[in-house]
Amino acid sequence: MIGGDVRGRLIKDIFFKGIVCLFAFLSLLPLFLILYYITKNGIMVIDWDFLFNLPRPIGEAGGGVWNAIVGTLMLIVLSSVISIPFGITAGIYLSENKAGKLSNTIRLSVIVLQGTPSIVIGIIAYLWIVAPLQTFSALAGGVALSIMMLPVIVKTTEETLKLIPYHLKEASLALGVPYYKTILKVILPSGLSGILTGILLSVARITGETAPLLFTAFGNQFMNINIFKPIDSLPYRIFYYAMSPYPEWHSFAWGASFILVVLTLALNLIARGISAKWKTRF
Amino acid sequence: MENTVLKIDSFSAYFGDNKILKEVDLTVPRNVVAALMGPSGCGKTTLIRCVNRMHELIPGATVSGKMTLIDEDIYAMQPIVLRRKVGMVFQKPNPFPTMSIYENVIAGYKLNGIRMAKPELDSIVERSLRRSALWDEVKDALHRKGTFLSGGQQQRLCIARALAMNPEILLLDEPTSALDPKSTSQIEELFVELKRNVTMLLVTHNIAQAARVSDLTAFIYLGELVEFGPTEKMFTVPKDKRTEEYLTGKFG
Repeated sequence: MIGGDVRGRLIKDIFFKGIVCLFAFLSLLPLFLILYYITKNGIMVIDWDFLFNLPRPIGEAGGGVWNAIVGTLMLIVLSSVISIPFGITAGIYLSENKAGKLSNTIRLSVIVLQGTPSIVIGIIAYLWIVAPLQTFSALAGGVALSIMMLPVIVKTTEETLKLIPYHLKEASLALGVPYYKTILKVILPSGLSGILTGILLSVARITGETAPLLFTAFGNQFMNINIFKPIDSLPYRIFYYAMSPYPEWHSFAWGASFILVVLTLALNLIARGISAKWKTRF
Repeated sequence: MENTVLKIDSFSAYFGDNKILKEVDLTVPRNVVAALMGPSGCGKTTLIRCVNRMHELIPGATVSGKMTLIDEDIYAMQPIVLRRKVGMVFQKPNPFPTMSIYENVIAGYKLNGIRMAKPELDSIVERSLRRSALWDEVKDALHRKGTFLSGGQQQRLCIARALAMNPEILLLDEPTSALDPKSTSQIEELFVELKRNVTMLLVTHNIAQAARVSDLTAFIYLGELVEFGPTEKMFTVPKDKRTEEYLTGKFG
């Protein structure tokens, strides 16, 4: 029944499907290879001593990444504290003022900022914070990372709030609720899950950044919780351990990488969970 | 004159240069349902959105003329003060999705930062839900989200939310156009019940609904108030030829 022409088409069809599946599979491969190598080389390193010890000087065996974990968490908190208020406010502005010169300028700036190389942002933070204070500091690192978080937060806040039906805002205004309370108590809570997701994704994005920290937070082999002093971070510790000539330190680099990857993976999964579970039904 | 709730005096509304309403005069007495009917785009929705000054939220929207609520000039009041005295129910049910049924009813107080003791709030919630004929259906689920209700129930929740503020007048902007026939008839019965102590201004594109529910009817056509009077009279002996043509389905 099937003519030659039709059979030819069917074969092309199957061939095309096969190609699509193959390339889809190949694009997954890098992630799995990364996870495989990091787990294989990193997981044996992880133990209590590694997690909760400070790095030791050259020549001494052992040591860990406790200061880097604390440093990374502090940098996350600092950069979030700086970027979240600005990011959410700008996002609100954009969703409230869809057209207009300022809105278009902000939108363009956000796109440009997103594409700015992280090392350049590091230099700016160096100029702004490190040079005037005359010391590398956690604060400088936090500022650099917050600039990197900003575009993601602005964009996700805007996109989330744009999806909130206009009639909700009307319902609130018609009750005599002032504009600012309408935004703060009706619109923002309705978009909370989307905004939180955006924040978590932006945190996941900056957790692994190394370049902007090189001349801002700098790195520190001791424990430090003073934001005006240099501070260690996981990516910097990986860099430091990996560049050393000692095999034990190389394995430490794998271990620290494992922690970092688990952290970013967890952040991404939590973000997905939040956006699925807390989603507001309209 | 004490019996007049809303008085509209040669009122016009514009979007930019476009005149949407042309010198409308209208007087709504206390405790009636006054229906505004007319074909789509005639300006009836614009008219009630001028009563609580939601019209002016749209960029380029302006008005001229006078509106008074009881004895106060609406356009001399602060919009947020005015809107607490004028309730509004919209086309699409719009309960606040982050709030429970209970919180939705008292949203006008909560969002405006008016503090009250719990028993007082409880009684406002119960009274408002009873008035909107929703109490029996939701009394055991007050702390569930309002968005889990059916469309008709959501709309009655929105009516309860507006009633909770004890408005001088309730604006109803095609409140049943997004609902099924059963919910529609429930809500229409509710309006008839409510008019014993609430004044309502009802926008509808449904002629039959105006006939069923309202005491007074205004026919608006192309931004002009063509005719205003007792519903029964207008539906039996319309004064204007255009009203007659609209009622008999010649246009609109």
